[in-house]
Amino acid sequence: MMSMRTILAGAAAALCVAPLSTSHAAWEPSRPVEIIVPAGPGGGADQMARVIQGIVTQHKLMKQSVVVVNKAGGAGGEGFLDMKASPGNPHKLAITLSNLFTTPLATGIPFNWNELTPLAMLALDEFVLWVNAEKPYKTVKEYIAAVKAAPAGQFKMGGTGSKQEDQIITVAVEKAAGVKFAYIPYKGGGEVAVQLVGNHVDSTVNNPIEAVAHWRAGKLRPLCVFDGKQLVYGDKVAGDLGWSSIPTCKSQGLDMEYLMLRGFFMAPKVTAEQVAFYVDLFKKVRETPEWKKLMSDGAFNQTFMVGAEYAKWVATEEKRHEALMKEAGFIAPKQ
Amino acid sequence: MEEISNLMHGFGVVIQPFNLLVMVIGIVLGVLIGVLPGLGGANGVAILLPLTFSMPPTSAIIMLSCIYWGALFGGAITSILFNIPGEPWSVATTFDGHPMAQQGRAGEALTAAFTSSFVGALFAVIVITLVAPLVAKFALQFGPAEKFSVFFLAFCSFVGMGKEPPFKTLVAMMMGFALAAVGLDTVTGQLRLTFGFTELLGGFDFLIAVIGLFGIGEILLTMEEGLSFKGRAAGINGKVVLQTWMELPRYWATSLRSCLIGCWMGITPAGATPASFMSYGIAKRLSPKGRKFGTGKIEGVIAPETAAHAAGTSALLPMLSLGVPGSPTAAVLLGGLLIWGLQPGPLLFVEQTEFVWGLIASMYVGNVVGLIVVLTMVPFFAAILRIPFSIIAPIILVVCAIGAYTVHNSAFDVVLMLVFGVIGYVMKKCNYPMAPMVLAIVLGDKAEEAFRQSLLGSGGSLGIFWSNGLVGSIMTIGLVALLWPLIERIWGGMRARAAS
Repeated sequence: MMSMRTILAGAAAALCVAPLSTSHAAWEPSRPVEIIVPAGPGGGADQMARVIQGIVTQHKLMKQSVVVVNKAGGAGGEGFLDMKASPGNPHKLAITLSNLFTTPLATGIPFNWNELTPLAMLALDEFVLWVNAEKPYKTVKEYIAAVKAAPAGQFKMGGTGSKQEDQIITVAVEKAAGVKFAYIPYKGGGEVAVQLVGNHVDSTVNNPIEAVAHWRAGKLRPLCVFDGKQLVYGDKVAGDLGWSSIPTCKSQGLDMEYLMLRGFFMAPKVTAEQVAFYVDLFKKVRETPEWKKLMSDGAFNQTFMVGAEYAKWVATEEKRHEALMKEAGFIAPKQ
Repeated sequence: MEEISNLMHGFGVVIQPFNLLVMVIGIVLGVLIGVLPGLGGANGVAILLPLTFSMPPTSAIIMLSCIYWGALFGGAITSILFNIPGEPWSVATTFDGHPMAQQGRAGEALTAAFTSSFVGALFAVIVITLVAPLVAKFALQFGPAEKFSVFFLAFCSFVGMGKEPPFKTLVAMMMGFALAAVGLDTVTGQLRLTFGFTELLGGFDFLIAVIGLFGIGEILLTMEEGLSFKGRAAGINGKVVLQTWMELPRYWATSLRSCLIGCWMGITPAGATPASFMSYGIAKRLSPKGRKFGTGKIEGVIAPETAAHAAGTSALLPMLSLGVPGSPTAAVLLGGLLIWGLQPGPLLFVEQTEFVWGLIASMYVGNVVGLIVVLTMVPFFAAILRIPFSIIAPIILVVCAIGAYTVHNSAFDVVLMLVFGVIGYVMKKCNYPMAPMVLAIVLGDKAEEAFRQSLLGSGGSLGIFWSNGLVGSIMTIGLVALLWPLIERIWGGMRARAAS
């Protein structure tokens, strides 16, 4: 992929020289811009895409309108293949979640992220280990001890999709703690949280935004967050507790870190100018109060990356996913 | 009663002139969206969502939910007139609605459909108003096993009820299951039956299948029969609404039953489509005229429409109180809530009283406005059938193609629609029923998923389907419904023997 690398380097170079406020922006969209969501309506990526659509419209950040299109088929494969098949089209952006890596690895569809043009990482989504608040487990240690004491597979872990981030985390937790869950895949994160509230599963690794409403209502209890450091949002969410009061899993003896990419990609073969336009747009989006509210509601990790740094981050994550999935036996056999 | 005073406050919010205006706009847009096959409520709401960004949240949700009501009303129109369901939940309406149109009773069928929709919605709103917290608790009882039992009941109440030989029904249903299995398997995360075609990654969309099987299939058949609409064109009769209304109270039992089925399906949440099928199936079982269903019985229109609308309305409850959308449209509305800075969940009712009760009040007012809008249009819709078929057929074809394209913005779907059209034509010619196939396509993968989730949880034991009173009784009712024709025959045989 020599040509790809050249483009990436070119994009990175362009970003380095482009001044922050591109007053002489040579390129801007001439048609409505599509945001392809490789997941169904209502999920985390979809919500973020629609919030961005709202922000761009409300603050008039762009002359053209934004359209959100869900292409969820084949665990998002439909959306990625659509992007891949639109080389040079600057009016299509894809918002990604971890299925950027997991879908091609698990299903063997002909797609790799480096066939697209990396645009920007807007945030990282956190994962929290949740249990039902009626249950006696107050800490990770108590919960893991209970899982260990029961026969293997009696405790049920609910999650979104199969061989995707939730199940990857589950397998890693099993390895780290020496336990065995029955993993039950559901279609969406909101549904998973409700299954936990209804006691149909014993624990979940829901993203903060998927479970926060139930936490506030006193139905769920967070045990630990799968991040290297505690969350920064100190506002009270449920009673005296806020996101920052949740300990990291590592500090609780569960050595697992996982963050999910909420970033954007463009079609192959777009120009550096086009990339620069959208990078600038996202910088403006990040400054709006609506965006800041979404970030604190969902307790997002607000890392922002563009260009070569972003591409490098994605490449490292891909290796990590490959390793995690290989270990879990989730890689599709070569056809 | 705190609810009542809250509701009154909600009415105060709703009858502000601006809110009434967005309500009427929403309903009219919704009816248009409902009429166009493929462009469903979910797509319609998603497309129009940006329009509402600059409005206050309460006005925005009123407009979007009115689009939703409009789409629910509108779905019935093309089902009855042309045998082309505008929305998935209107498929069951075609079974008796279209024969009625062919007999020149289009106005009657439309009036019955719209009025039943209204009754269903009203019932659901009253349920939401009075017992919202209780209902939310009921929804929490539904794990995978309970969900499967509901789907199982939907299939069972539908099996063995057609005029066609049971074997053909079974073949059609199995074909539907096979089609539903294509694409990604959520439980293993593997692709199934795609044969390396990346176009098939997403599986066969139910909407494409319905547009093809019903819409294109119907046009092919009519072309063969010499391009003439089979039925009598209805006379334009302004009194048809009143005449039909006189007749409707007779079917109160069907109506009430359908309301209950609808609310249940909407809350659990299974959705409006299974609700309409299940309600039709059960009405056919229990009605004294059950055997004549499918030939243009008004009950066959009342049952699915009431249930679909009750389900569609009550589907908003789990969305608001639990954050779980009961239908694809509710999922898009959920996204809207987050954009307006509202957090759906158990506390929404406490923290956002104005919004929640404004929305609930708008359900009452919106449905009344909707009913008035669509009823005044009945004579006009019925008159469409007076246009020569040679003019209307190409228009339908184009509208179907556009509809199929909008589902996923993909040209491949238009080709797929034509293929389904040919399949639909062949099935009709060979007297294979299409309804079981459609039911299997729409519910097949959901039922399979729930079944396998249950077994994953139970470690492979089927006992989970009788593990508590709720799931056990639904499963047992399902089995009885499935075996009913057999039980009836044995019972009849025994009685005949006893008599002789």
